[in-house]
Amino acid sequence: MSALTREETQALIQEVLEVYPEKARKDREKHLAVNDQSIEQSKKCITSNRKSLPGVMTIRGCAYAGSKGVVWGPIKDMIHISHGPVGCGQYSRAGRRNYYVGTTGVNAFGTMNFTSDFQEKDIVFGGDKKLAKLIGEIEQLFPLHKGISVQSECPIGLIGDDIEAVSKKTAKEIGKPVIPVRCEGFRGVSQSLGHHIANDAIRDWVLGNRDEKAFESTPYDVTIIGDYNIGGDAWATRTILEDMGLRVIAQWSGDGTLAEMENTPKAKLNLLHCYRSMNYISRHMEEKYGIPYMEYNFFGPTKIEASIREIASFFDDSIKAKAEAVIAKYKPMMQAVIDKYKPRLEGKRVMLYVGGLRPRHVIGAYEDLGMEVVGTGYEFGHNDDYDRTIKEMGNATLLYDDVTGLEFEEFVKRVKPDLVGSGIKEKFIFQKMGIPFRQMHSWDYSGPYHSYDGFAIFARDMDMTLNNPCWSKLTAPWLKEEQVAEKAAA
Amino acid sequence: MANIMIRRDSKGSYQFYLPKRDLEDTIVSMEFDTPEKWGGEIKLNNGGAYYIEPQVAPARLPYSVRAKRLDAAE
Ligand code: SF4
Repeated sequence: MSALTREETQALIQEVLEVYPEKARKDREKHLAVNDQSIEQSKKCITSNRKSLPGVMTIRGCAYAGSKGVVWGPIKDMIHISHGPVGCGQYSRAGRRNYYVGTTGVNAFGTMNFTSDFQEKDIVFGGDKKLAKLIGEIEQLFPLHKGISVQSECPIGLIGDDIEAVSKKTAKEIGKPVIPVRCEGFRGVSQSLGHHIANDAIRDWVLGNRDEKAFESTPYDVTIIGDYNIGGDAWATRTILEDMGLRVIAQWSGDGTLAEMENTPKAKLNLLHCYRSMNYISRHMEEKYGIPYMEYNFFGPTKIEASIREIASFFDDSIKAKAEAVIAKYKPMMQAVIDKYKPRLEGKRVMLYVGGLRPRHVIGAYEDLGMEVVGTGYEFGHNDDYDRTIKEMGNATLLYDDVTGLEFEEFVKRVKPDLVGSGIKEKFIFQKMGIPFRQMHSWDYSGPYHSYDGFAIFARDMDMTLNNPCWSKLTAPWLKEEQVAEKAAA
Repeated sequence: MANIMIRRDSKGSYQFYLPKRDLEDTIVSMEFDTPEKWGGEIKLNNGGAYYIEPQVAPARLPYSVRAKRLDAAE
C-alpha cells in the first residue's frame, strides 16, 4: 500500500475516533496527530503526559514500575525491596532483561525479588516494624549487598507508613545506605513520574555521598546515563566509547553499581541516552557540579557516527582523531550489514509504539536499512519528546500518544505496515492479525541493539521477523482456495 | 511561586524548566539580560510568562531560582 496523504491520515483518525462517546472522543482527539515537520512546537498538534481515560485500554505502567523496574532495579549490587503486597514485584521480576555480571544471590541481585509481602494485618497496624525486620534479615542472609532501596507500592502511601524513619534507623544499624523511595503506583499519570521520583531519591540520598572523597580522575571520564543494558546494550556502547579513548566511570543503571553512581559527579561529561527517564539527574549534576550532559543516539550507523563526532567535540584533538578512527574502522563492517539486509528490507514500512527514547531514536536505524517509519508514539512521553520527534518523522505520518488498544489495532489495520514494533502486551494481537512483530522493549529476547555491534543484530532480527516464511502460511489451505476462486469469479 | 531552572541549550538560547510539572520550554524573551540586571518578566515559547525578581546575572548556568507565574500556557 502506498503512503497515506495528510487528508487520508486525518480522515483515518476521525474514523477511529467515531466509536467513542463524545467526551472521550474530544479527549482522545488531542492525543492523535498527523505529523507536520514545519511545526516547531509539538504542543500545537499533540497533547501528552495526561491521565489516561477510564474505560480504554492503556499500555502504561505505574510510578512504582518507573522507579523499581527502570531506574533502581538494574543497580545490581543493591537490594531493592518491593515494599507492599507481593504481586507488584513478582509479576515484574526480571522482565526487563537488564544484563549484569556477578553472582546472583551473592554479590548481585538483579533478577531476584525482595518483598515485604503485606498482609491484612500490616495494612491495619502499619508495616514499619516488618520493614525493619526485613532489612535485618537481608543483612544477615546477603551480607555482600552494598545498600538497600525501599520501593513503595500503593498501600504504603495510603496507610501513611514512615519509611524514611525506618530507613534512617536501619541504615545506622547495618552501616550501609538504606534509601526510601516514595514511588507509590498512584502518583502521576504513568511510569514517567516514577522516573522523576527515583531520580530525586538518587539526588537526595546517593549522589553527594563521595563528594569529599578523593578520586583518581582523568580528563576523559564520562558516564553512560539512561542505558539499561537490555540484552547487553550498555556493554556494546561502552566498547565504542573506550575505543574512542574515553574512560567510562559509571553506567546508569544497567549493570551499574552503587559506587559508580556515587562517583558520577567526578565525570567530565554525562552521556544521556534515555532522556525521558534520566534527564532530571543530569540537570541536577549540571547545576550542582557543572558537568555538561549530552543526548546521544546509538541506533544505526548514521546516528552513531553523528553522536560519536558530537561526543568527541567535547574533548581534545587526540579523542577527535580516535573518534574518526573508530568510525573508519566500523564503516566497512556496517556497509557489509547494510549490503546484506537492505535488499531484503528496502521499502518496508514500520509502526512503532514504545516508551522512553525509542519512538524517535530507532527511526534512524530503520532508515539505514531502507525502511520507513510510518507511525510512532510514546507511552509516557512529554511535550519535549514530541518536539524532538516531529523532525525525525516524515510528513503526514501518524503520531499517537498513550494510544489505546482499539486505536492501535485500527491504525494498523488501515495503514497496513509490514512490521509493528511494540511490547509484549501488543505482540500476540498483531501476530494473530498476520503482521510481523518485534518487541522493542526487550528486543524480543535478543540484543544488544545499541551501537555498531547492536546494529548488525538489529538488522538480522528485523529480516528474520519480516521475511519469515510463516507469514504466508496464516490462511488455512482450504480457505486459500476459496479466496482464489472468489477472485476468479469476480 | 515556583522553583524553576534556567540553562543554556546547545543553540545558546535560554531554556526554562519547571521541575514540579516537568515542563520544559525555550525562553523567547527576558526583560533584563545584562550582567548587572538579569531577570524580570520572561516569556516562554508555549505562551506562558513568569517573573523573576531582577538580580545580578548568575555566574554560571544552569541556575535555579524562584519565579512567579504571570500567565500559564494551559
Ligand atoms: S499501581 Fe500500585 S498496586 Fe499496581 S503495580 Fe503499581 S505499585 Fe503495585
